Amino acid sequence: MTTAPLLDIKDLNVTYGTGAAAVRGVDLTLAAGQKLGIAGESGCGKSTLALALLRLLPAGAKLSGEILLDGEDVLTMKWGRLRAVRWAGASIVFQGAMHSLNAVRRIGDQIAEPMLIHRTAPPSGVRKKVAVLLEHVGLPASRADSYPHELSGGQRQRVMIAMALACDPKLIVADEPTTALDVMIQAQILRLIEQLVAEQNVGLIMISHDLAVLADTCDRLAVMYAGRVVEQGPAAQVYESALHPYAKALSAAFPRIGDPASRHAPRGLAGDPPDPSDLPPGCTFHPRCPVALDRCAVEDQALRGEEERRAACVHV
Amino acid sequence: MTESPLLHAADLHVTFSGRRGSGSARAVDGVNLTLGKGEIVALVGESGCGKTTLARALLGLEKPTAGHVTFDGAPLTYDTRSLKTYRNRVQLVLQDPRGSLNPRHTVYEAVAEGLRVHRYAGDERAKVAEALSRAGLRPPERFFQRYPHELSGGQRQRVVIAGALVLDPELIVADEPVASLDASVRGEILALLLSLRRDLGLSALVVTHDLGLAWNIADRVAVMYLGRVVETGTVEEVLTHPRHPYTQALLSVLPEASGEPVVLTGEPPDPTRIPGGCRFHARCQVLASGAAERAGVAGSCRTEDLPVLSAERTTQAACHWARAATTAP
Amino acid sequence: MTTTDTPTTDTPAKTTSPKSTRALARDRRRQSVARFWRQYRTHRAGLFGLASLALFVLLALLAPLLVGADVQSVTKAPGRPLEAPGGEFPLGTDKYGRTMLGLLIWGARFSLTVGFLAAALSVAIGTLIGITAGHYKGWYATVIMRVTDWFLVMPTLVLAIALASVLSRSIWTIILAIGVTTWPTTARLVRAQTLAVESRPYIERAKALGGGHTHIMTRHVLPNVMPLVLAQTTLVISSAVLTEATLAFLGLGDPTVTSWGGLLQDARDAGATTKWWYVVPPGIAIALVALSFTLCGRAVESVLNPRLGVSR
Repeated sequence: MTTAPLLDIKDLNVTYGTGAAAVRGVDLTLAAGQKLGIAGESGCGKSTLALALLRLLPAGAKLSGEILLDGEDVLTMKWGRLRAVRWAGASIVFQGAMHSLNAVRRIGDQIAEPMLIHRTAPPSGVRKKVAVLLEHVGLPASRADSYPHELSGGQRQRVMIAMALACDPKLIVADEPTTALDVMIQAQILRLIEQLVAEQNVGLIMISHDLAVLADTCDRLAVMYAGRVVEQGPAAQVYESALHPYAKALSAAFPRIGDPASRHAPRGLAGDPPDPSDLPPGCTFHPRCPVALDRCAVEDQALRGEEERRAACVHV
Repeated sequence: MTESPLLHAADLHVTFSGRRGSGSARAVDGVNLTLGKGEIVALVGESGCGKTTLARALLGLEKPTAGHVTFDGAPLTYDTRSLKTYRNRVQLVLQDPRGSLNPRHTVYEAVAEGLRVHRYAGDERAKVAEALSRAGLRPPERFFQRYPHELSGGQRQRVVIAGALVLDPELIVADEPVASLDASVRGEILALLLSLRRDLGLSALVVTHDLGLAWNIADRVAVMYLGRVVETGTVEEVLTHPRHPYTQALLSVLPEASGEPVVLTGEPPDPTRIPGGCRFHARCQVLASGAAERAGVAGSCRTEDLPVLSAERTTQAACHWARAATTAP
Repeated sequence: MTTTDTPTTDTPAKTTSPKSTRALARDRRRQSVARFWRQYRTHRAGLFGLASLALFVLLALLAPLLVGADVQSVTKAPGRPLEAPGGEFPLGTDKYGRTMLGLLIWGARFSLTVGFLAAALSVAIGTLIGITAGHYKGWYATVIMRVTDWFLVMPTLVLAIALASVLSRSIWTIILAIGVTTWPTTARLVRAQTLAVESRPYIERAKALGGGHTHIMTRHVLPNVMPLVLAQTTLVISSAVLTEATLAFLGLGDPTVTSWGGLLQDARDAGATTKWWYVVPPGIAIALVALSFTLCGRAVESVLNPRLGVSR
């Protein structure tokens, strides 16, 4: 690809006021129309990364590095420009659609809100645009007059996606968009997201702890552990033949039905993720690593391998 | 496992009377289920299919409107005293370990709660320590005075399991035991349930929407749709050769499934308005594709309700089309 | 981000005797008290309230030493009636010639006692009714909450006046009158909190463990409504002090003891409302105690429930 990528994250670091190093030196790129999955367990920094993309982190968090969105650095952007970029440039679909919607406002008004703020549509045209958006996400336009409690969980998640699309963003960040949804509803939402990305040529970053879901939806995968990307590459390759032991554990966590190896043999990973304010020395994964060597306790590992497929492990 | 079953539900119904305006909800609408000693059964279905209500009814937390539950050969009665004895032997593990621990109780108090309720006369401290180490929290003393908010999600779920184990139950009913846990912790908790079965002979009924979980630990599976079990049998048979279109659809949308996914449209229907005929016919892909028509059962799909599946351990599916396919040569 | 405080402070239990568990528990309690105090200290208004309360309580406790019970005696009054403040009597004298400063200090005993006991009674009734109404749903809750609503819309003062005038005049009458008329607010609050707690999964777990009604109410609901009850108590004390003063001012107090409200009533009876030293000091004392309790209550509330966002 010769054109500049839609999103280019260079050496991003985020440290919270409490001293927790949530993101430590992450490099990621995403082209328009591409789908990138970020996997990892809670506390690995994946949600912090998503918030950092739009500078939505709480006060006191220190950021360094560059986040180039369409060539513009989000981190040095002026406040007014940043407001325009939020929603119009990039928008986030949060997890837990239950709490992200205002319970006492009609959903049509909530979808219209960013359009009115950013004046991307004339007030007269907003109602029409809302109807179009709702139909886009598979809801009847008449639903604009409903309140959130009148919708089911899957429908609320659709509304959240409609809201994210309201200002025709170039980048959509979906943070655990299907967690807590049933398999059938999850499949519906994932199809919808895939279809929207293909139709509108937007970039998608999807965040989840479920590697199987990410591998099914995304083109590329990045697996994060303790604030770093420990493996990245084409989705199918990372899922089916992971290089990093942590990525292996994540991919084995959800069994393939019919696979006799996982029958009566659930596989997980012992131990807990490290405390981001007190990381172990050397490779941060070594205390939980089944194949750790003595030197892993002292020697940090950088991402290595070919450009497309890299992992940060001594065995690579 | 041919001796009398540990837990048996016969033609169980739970109906909730509706609020003004809406009709009553038939959350559990005729279920037969049996669970042998040392057996792990997965109860699978979408939210709203009645699986949680069924689990609550089996625990005696919900009084069935019809039918009865038999535990260890004796029918369950609903007076306070016998329920209390019953709860000494059957334990519940809930989905959200953060919510199922009182934030103001320490780990010790949370685990000892069952002992105190049942006025355990022995050494409470030793019992709590034993339960915690069985649940994989070792050394147990280190966790005694911790509060739930100081633990990770996996540790919290282990505390909940220890709280259930402390009474030496014969059966654990687990409602989505890993749904709110991280992928890496999930396998650990499931392995714990399996090892408890191996070491203590514990039976378990696992309520879940996650078919992978059933594949991981269960011996048998029952798929529920709108208050009824629509397909039941051994995990291998049901999950690798599903006969009911609903089970087929559920399996086809899993991320790693091969073949074209069958994404059912719409939300799971409402238990206050269960459709006539086969309760799945309005969303059934087999009926919609005309396959049922060709098999000559489309009429019965739309008009004829199916009999309730029996509690026997054989593989069964409540589907006109599947029946036609098996009876035809 | 689930863990707020670092788990590194966790000291591994080296000894495993049963005693160490209890000692650890005591440590925990001490730690949580210390944490509470650290946060409370950041509320300046709360600190002011606490200091002024401490002063009043100290005065009330030391009153027998400072002024002695004789200060109430009409026959042994040291001065002439209605003397203006001056050397011997810093706050002047009342209509019998007793020293106002002494009476004020002595009156603190009565006002505070009534405040504390009436609030304790009121909060106890309110908590009991609130928890039971929240726990037992159905007809019991319906009936009990209708009764609560009825009490809630009844003007407290009118009801208290009615009670105080029917019953014999004593300190217990006043406490009872205040206690049984001010509980509905507490009951409503506690019931709402109980309903919230009862919907949590750990209640389901306790039921599945075989826990009965008493077990759930005392082991699970009560500890979770306690912070609310504590904050509510301090607020009720403040209104109890005010109500007591009002009743005494209206002549429904116990005539045999000195209270701040009673002093105000004396002033009115004597037609001495123009003599500022007779009226202003008791008035200020009442206002100050009520204010102090309110400030403390607000601070406690915001420490225990930071989401209220009470300004510091």
